[in-house]
Amino acid sequence: MKTIYMDNNATTRTAPEVVEAMAPFWSERYGNPSSAHRFGGNVRTMVDAARAETADLLGASPDEIVFTSGGSESDNMAIRGVLDALEGRKRHVVTTRVEHPAVLAVCRALKNQGVPVTELPVEADGSLDMGGLEEAVTPDTAVVSVMWANNETGVMFPIEKIAGIVKSQGALLHTDAVQAVGKIPIDLSRIPVDLLSLSAHKFHGPKGIGALYIREGTQVSPLVLGGHQEGSKRAGTENTPGIAGLGAACSLARRNLDQEGTRVKGLRDRLETGVLETCKGARVNGKTRLPNTLNVSFEYIEGESILLKLDQFGICASSGSACTSGSLEPSHVLRAMGVPFTASHGSIRFSLSRYTTEEEIDAVLERLPGIVDGLRALSPFVKD
Amino acid sequence: MWNYTDTVVDHFNHPRNVGEIEDPDGTGEVGSMACGDMLKLTIKVDRGRIADAKFKTFGCASAIASTSVLTEMIKGKTLEEAEAITNQDIADRLGGLPRQKMHCSVLGREALEAALHDFRHGSAPPREPEGKVVCTCFGVGEKEIERAILENGLRTVEDVTHFTKAGGGCGGCHEDIERILARVRGEPGPVSAEEPPPLSGPKPRMTNIRKIHLIQQTLDREVRPLLQKDGGDVELVDVEGDKVYVAMRGTCSKCRVAEFTLKDVVERKLREFVSPDLKVIEEKV
Repeated sequence: MKTIYMDNNATTRTAPEVVEAMAPFWSERYGNPSSAHRFGGNVRTMVDAARAETADLLGASPDEIVFTSGGSESDNMAIRGVLDALEGRKRHVVTTRVEHPAVLAVCRALKNQGVPVTELPVEADGSLDMGGLEEAVTPDTAVVSVMWANNETGVMFPIEKIAGIVKSQGALLHTDAVQAVGKIPIDLSRIPVDLLSLSAHKFHGPKGIGALYIREGTQVSPLVLGGHQEGSKRAGTENTPGIAGLGAACSLARRNLDQEGTRVKGLRDRLETGVLETCKGARVNGKTRLPNTLNVSFEYIEGESILLKLDQFGICASSGSACTSGSLEPSHVLRAMGVPFTASHGSIRFSLSRYTTEEEIDAVLERLPGIVDGLRALSPFVKD
Repeated sequence: MWNYTDTVVDHFNHPRNVGEIEDPDGTGEVGSMACGDMLKLTIKVDRGRIADAKFKTFGCASAIASTSVLTEMIKGKTLEEAEAITNQDIADRLGGLPRQKMHCSVLGREALEAALHDFRHGSAPPREPEGKVVCTCFGVGEKEIERAILENGLRTVEDVTHFTKAGGGCGGCHEDIERILARVRGEPGPVSAEEPPPLSGPKPRMTNIRKIHLIQQTLDREVRPLLQKDGGDVELVDVEGDKVYVAMRGTCSKCRVAEFTLKDVVERKLREFVSPDLKVIEEKV
């Protein structure tokens, strides 16, 4: 059975070009970029080039890129590193209720240690309460951490406007852009973000590599000590195959950005319209979204059951239901948006990529209505 | 992805005895929308035996499979035989369930108990958890936890959560569960500097689940029919403490006197039927 992969917000297919770019650094080009000999120095050249590719995708300068193990490390480093560097001069942290756990868990851990943390609510369509943000950010605010785009719903926050509010109070702005990078244009020469997290495997790069963008002049203490690598901001011998892969993924993403905005969005819209037309009790979660994401709730049926049925047809998606994760409560994002229980347990996320085809969209549209009807027939809540 | 047995997948794909018996002799409805699983079991009893059983389930694959297999297990059984079925029996018939999903089998057994209770007494069993309330997030009482520990030989708080859901929300009752585990298993419990706090106040406090259930019931029976007459509707969004978040639908969402409806109809009914402390807040969509 052919796999129809529509779970690209979880991870993506590593592009063949990326695999090719990585290959030499597993084998013949195994040198350490910090070594004094040319054998290592040649690898350093690749690391520098990958850094430049990453910076290019963001409209940044290469010196502002620190390679990390991925999005979670970047998020941890940004928030903790900024607070550490401030040495208690400012401590207040502002974030939102819909952040990825890599941000939310850090903020909640800080809160338990006595750091004042404000978690901002969102509206029913997933958008940020901008009035709430304006009220929350004060001259005592150290850092505001707000995601660029939500992993579950794809809802995008207006980072440019947010940056204006945050900067006017003299606070630093960190954005978890793990879901946005490679999917929408990002130009940090224009938008005054101070720190930005990205992860390679969300845009056809390899797993285990990411970066933290740190605007020139921003003080961030390292999380990992013990070496001079990455400008002494992150110790440890470089993950050179990963870095080669990230560089290649960034370069591919830059060339494919237009495609994401038109072709991928076209496919997503086709899926969305089709699902709403053919499936009973369907409602879309989130309004202003990434071009590749559709989060849709099927009322009165449960998400894990839908996923399992889809899986039997080779279709890969994900769900915000409680049962999927083994946790007992449904998605914190949908709950923050006020999606009723009747719908949050039955939410399914389809996330597309540049490899998604029209045939695949049609295959989903062919199977899904039957799956929904079958489960509705079992549901004690459905009276039709 | 969960590792389900072939039997679970078979029952999930081909559920047996789906539906609702018309004019049943016993109905068991357990679980809740808020928790993400709800079962409705209806039975027909003939000369002391379960002549027919049908089910409907909102839930994951293991919840569907647990009730489907349960209907097979009880058909033709005497009431006494059916009563003796444990959650472990249900899980065994399915060739086992992932440990995190054992609460689905517990829910199946509860549905059966509720249906038998309804047959004998003409009413659903009391929904208040038995004994002191331990987990307020999921409304689990001490007796239910004790029973799960004894019947399934549970050893850890995590086990108790897998089987009963208790402790799976805020986690505030983990120490209480440890104490119950220690007592039931006859081991020394966690040492606490002070007297252990009472598990609930002097007056049994309404659990969240019980409250959400009552609110939903009141909305369905007392409020929605009134609004629907005028082409409107109201939907429960969330409950936080005494704050009830609702969304107005249909004509209500555009109505100029919606504020009045909210206070005079929705809030008044909920205060009357559920608790005088409730405050209704509208979620604007």
